[in-house]
Amino acid sequence: MTATAPDGARSFRWRRRSVLPGFGLSLGYTIVYLSLIVLIPLAGLGIRSASLGWDQFWAIAFDRRVLLALQLSFGSALIAAIINTVFGVLVAWVLVRYRFPGRRWLDAAVDLPFALPTAVAGIALATLYAPNGPFGALLDDWFGLRVGFTSFGVVMALIFVGLPFVVRTVQPVLEEIDRETEEVAATLGARRWRTVTRVIFPALLPAILTGFALSFARGVGEYGSVIFIASNLPFQSEIAPLLIVIKLEENNYAGATAIATIMLVIAFVMLFVINLLQAWSRKWFGHE
Amino acid sequence: MSEAAATRQQRKVRQAIGEGPATRFVLLTIALAFLGLMLVAPLLVVFVEAFGRGLGVYFQALALPDTMAALQLTLLVAAIAVPANLVFGVAAAWLIAKFDFKGKSFLLTLIDLPFAVSPVVSGLIFVLLFGANSALGPWLEDNNIKILYAVPGIVIATIFITFPFIARELIPLMEQQGSSEEEAAVSLGASGWRTFFQVTLPNVKWGLLYGVLLCNARAMGEFGAVSVVSGHIRGVTNTLPLHIEILYNDNKAAAAFAVASLLAMLALVTLAVKTLLEARFAGEIAAQRRH
Repeated sequence: MTATAPDGARSFRWRRRSVLPGFGLSLGYTIVYLSLIVLIPLAGLGIRSASLGWDQFWAIAFDRRVLLALQLSFGSALIAAIINTVFGVLVAWVLVRYRFPGRRWLDAAVDLPFALPTAVAGIALATLYAPNGPFGALLDDWFGLRVGFTSFGVVMALIFVGLPFVVRTVQPVLEEIDRETEEVAATLGARRWRTVTRVIFPALLPAILTGFALSFARGVGEYGSVIFIASNLPFQSEIAPLLIVIKLEENNYAGATAIATIMLVIAFVMLFVINLLQAWSRKWFGHE
Repeated sequence: MSEAAATRQQRKVRQAIGEGPATRFVLLTIALAFLGLMLVAPLLVVFVEAFGRGLGVYFQALALPDTMAALQLTLLVAAIAVPANLVFGVAAAWLIAKFDFKGKSFLLTLIDLPFAVSPVVSGLIFVLLFGANSALGPWLEDNNIKILYAVPGIVIATIFITFPFIARELIPLMEQQGSSEEEAAVSLGASGWRTFFQVTLPNVKWGLLYGVLLCNARAMGEFGAVSVVSGHIRGVTNTLPLHIEILYNDNKAAAAFAVASLLAMLALVTLAVKTLLEARFAGEIAAQRRH
């Protein structure tokens, strides 16, 4: 499988020759479908946003209600992503390294937030954490903590939707890690904790960061599960996606467009960072 | 070294590369407790609330005309969105896995875009595109074409949301399998389509099935994007997830959970099929599991 052509001529070729047919058809179909469904509609948002002009854009973006909504969305997504990173790594570790009955079903359960519709998760969490719900009442009794219908509730919902990302990015890397390096560290006299922090953790770091970024990005945009468990009060527990919906219901297209643009730009930056992390991981650790 | 000393040495190394039983127990307990509280409890609540007031109430809630209409619409939307993304997923996977060309990783990033966009923003872009004060809006109105607040809008928003699912499942799988078998088939004179249906498809069928299932679960369960483009017209543009919201906000929690249990069962079936496929065809399902 040599990639270089034997011919000395360095003619520019933008694709390597292949005997397989269908390059033109699949390229054409992919580009057209991608443009119609994704690129043109997204560009439409960009054009609408550009037509607002800077003054109007900034006036909307720095409105106190908008700032507080963005702060709540990003802040809760950050807290949820940190919690998911800690527990996600732990769950991945237990699933990969330990053998116990029901492990396969537990492994399957991790994907539940991918498969369960957000509205279903939303009403289930709202019932659990409502002040008179099974968990809500206990937390209130024991710690005086109100989760349902507060910003804690937002974090709870975001933990639920973001949980699989960390587990599913760390797990395959952990499965591939060569046990021999650990044995070497152990034979050289390293204690277990030192082996874990100095040998295993550095190899997992890119995957952990990717999982964190994916979980965070998902949390920032989440809508369905949050609106049921948050009280959705302006200035208090109103997430940014909900504010977009409210602006749309008020026929305030400029407001909705501006908030959506801010969220989209940040989401694309996140996507870019995730891609960089994965390129870095491929380069240094040889895996995604 | 005597045999006993050798075994002792081995045991020492094994302890040093694993955790002690106490640590194992603590880690396992924390992981199980976390998953139990965060994942299993919400799932149980759905079924407890749905069936808690008896089967009579349950089936009564499901038999409401609005529920039946929502179920029909959800099935219709998935029946259009999933095949559309299936064709795209296969075309994109063939392109990316079988050919080398410049700009491939950029194309992959573009395919991933819908994952990065908030569901509400996904809905909004179609409101801006087809809405009354868009460039297309007046033309659509003159020609009496209803996209927004009607079924076509819901279908398009769902296609956008589930756009990458099947492609993302197929691409790593087909890349991993290489193209030598297809090259052999073509060299022996098989046509491109025959090569695809008789060589490629049998190799990727389980991964493809899983991609279709995930895409379907998301298509039937999408809430945010569909909520923005649907207009919430009862019995007309309400999908099952939107119907759940309406019932829940009307203080009909039991009915809301009855409808929710349908979607929860769909999720469970999806996960069960995935687990069974992984157990039987471990090598044929993509290692990449980002969604």
